[in-house]
Amino acid sequence: MSKLVITSIGPASSVQDGGRPGSQRYGLVPSGAMDRLALAAANTLVGNELFAAAVEIGPFGAVFTARGGVVRIALSGASRNGDIAGRPVAVDTSATLADGETLTLGFARSGSFSYLAIEGGIAGEPDFGSLSVNARAGLGSPYPRPLQSGDELQTATASGAPERRIELPATGEAPIRVVWGPQDDEFADDAKNLFIDSEWKISATSDRMGYRLEGPVIKHLHGHNIVSDGTVNGSLQVPGNGQPIVLMPDRGTSGGYPKIATVISADFARFAQTPAGRAFRFKAVSMAEAQAAARQFADLLRSLPDRLRPIESFDLNIDALQDANVAGYAVSAVDAATWQVASPADVSGPD
Amino acid sequence: MAATLPPPRLLPSGDSAITVEFSRNIDDAANGRVLALDRAMAATPVEGVTETVPTYRSLLVHYDPVRISFEALGEQILALAQLPVPATTKTRRWRIPVVYGGEHGVDLEDVAKTLKTTPDDIVARHVSGDYRVAMIGFTPGWSYLSGLAASMQMPRRQNPRLLTPAGTVSIGGVQTGVQCLAGPSGWHLLGQTAVRTYQLHRDPTFLLEPGDAITFVPVDTKTFAEQDRAAAAGEIVAELMPS
Repeated sequence: MSKLVITSIGPASSVQDGGRPGSQRYGLVPSGAMDRLALAAANTLVGNELFAAAVEIGPFGAVFTARGGVVRIALSGASRNGDIAGRPVAVDTSATLADGETLTLGFARSGSFSYLAIEGGIAGEPDFGSLSVNARAGLGSPYPRPLQSGDELQTATASGAPERRIELPATGEAPIRVVWGPQDDEFADDAKNLFIDSEWKISATSDRMGYRLEGPVIKHLHGHNIVSDGTVNGSLQVPGNGQPIVLMPDRGTSGGYPKIATVISADFARFAQTPAGRAFRFKAVSMAEAQAAARQFADLLRSLPDRLRPIESFDLNIDALQDANVAGYAVSAVDAATWQVASPADVSGPD
Repeated sequence: MAATLPPPRLLPSGDSAITVEFSRNIDDAANGRVLALDRAMAATPVEGVTETVPTYRSLLVHYDPVRISFEALGEQILALAQLPVPATTKTRRWRIPVVYGGEHGVDLEDVAKTLKTTPDDIVARHVSGDYRVAMIGFTPGWSYLSGLAASMQMPRRQNPRLLTPAGTVSIGGVQTGVQCLAGPSGWHLLGQTAVRTYQLHRDPTFLLEPGDAITFVPVDTKTFAEQDRAAAAGEIVAELMPS
């Protein structure tokens, strides 16, 4: 066995996999990766199952050291500076740490979350079939809480497979697509138009339970209390202050605020990666378009193994050069520094 | 019974879930239809449905849009929702011990004052209720009960507490509830139970099901402490009544 020892890691970093669906009827939320595509891409690079457990690294940096053997890793999701003992590591590539070598990752430069997959996965005891951390429910393995300095992740010794990169489609900055409902009839047409026609920013007081949005006040027709009903990832709840909260993978399974719209599943990962403070827009689409996008997203996940490419020194150098170019990204680092954990009561409570 | 039941509203919750809404209000008849549809969907699995989540007034049906479309699933749900609500047969009935007041229920005295009565009378009213688990939600094991006496109903606190104890039994609006984990709450805290409605590595992990009947039994602090130790060791200290 080899292990990765965490020398330092920022907040909002935890072990996450595909999550634990199936018990929402008992109030247990599935949790799981904020960006399932990036989780799957990182796992594909090191030959793991798509939704095996990986380290979800928040906007801050992290430092890992291999102990007890050789460890092969891959990084996907938010790009950031990375190196292993001085050798650059680019996003969407695999790399190997010799015993005793250290992987150093900087702030997220684009996006919020990176996924560090480890060949052979992370050893742990699954609860409800998942290692994902859900701190409120006391679930997650090897640690039922966000990761801290000194934590150790046991893993397999590297196979010695050649390093690879993965070609993913460019994500771009198109509007985040939503479908109206389930309670859009609690809002007048001009409130719905205001929601679609406005720029929004994600507040720094956001977390894995919910992203708070900053923008114009969205007024309700009949007040902000409804009888609690079920929630999904991407539910756009509008509480009394008219500033929507988008529910994320650690959400409460039920909520009592009207939900004006829901982020479509194909855009959820891209939404989750939107950095705090960056302006973006929503776009309402039909159910037919949302479901067609969901099928395309499923096709993209299935295609990941076909998107692997050998690493040639030419590729590596280009990536490394791009990665070394940090001058234009100081603003993102500031955004990352304002990221904080919201009080759970701010996001929701029993209704 | 009418020949056809009013159809529920099918509300999209994104592209991968449908909120099947029977009422906009807390309504026992609607909750009965929610639980009946939930049972019907368990008995007649629909291709592509991944999970169902009953709430007071609606059933949230999660599905895989790659396997079934909103329209096709909606048709099947509407057909299943027309099945007659079966006369409730095997209702499980639980007796849940509660220590009321003091540090275990810090709002008992204030609730009595607000309702212009004594703490003992509030306890007497609360234990005389015959409650049903209408839904479980928010956090693991948080059980929302219907059946609170009208004389006990009062608005929630203006300032929700950030942390309330595990096992808290509380009232809020027209509901009473049993929470399992410590967490935020804006409800009025009447007491505490040693019963864990959710406990990892216990069989069953989740004690209560939507539709279960609940009565509360007052216990003293010494009994609570004993039950709490037993429950921590994995014992189910709620009593399942013979049906």
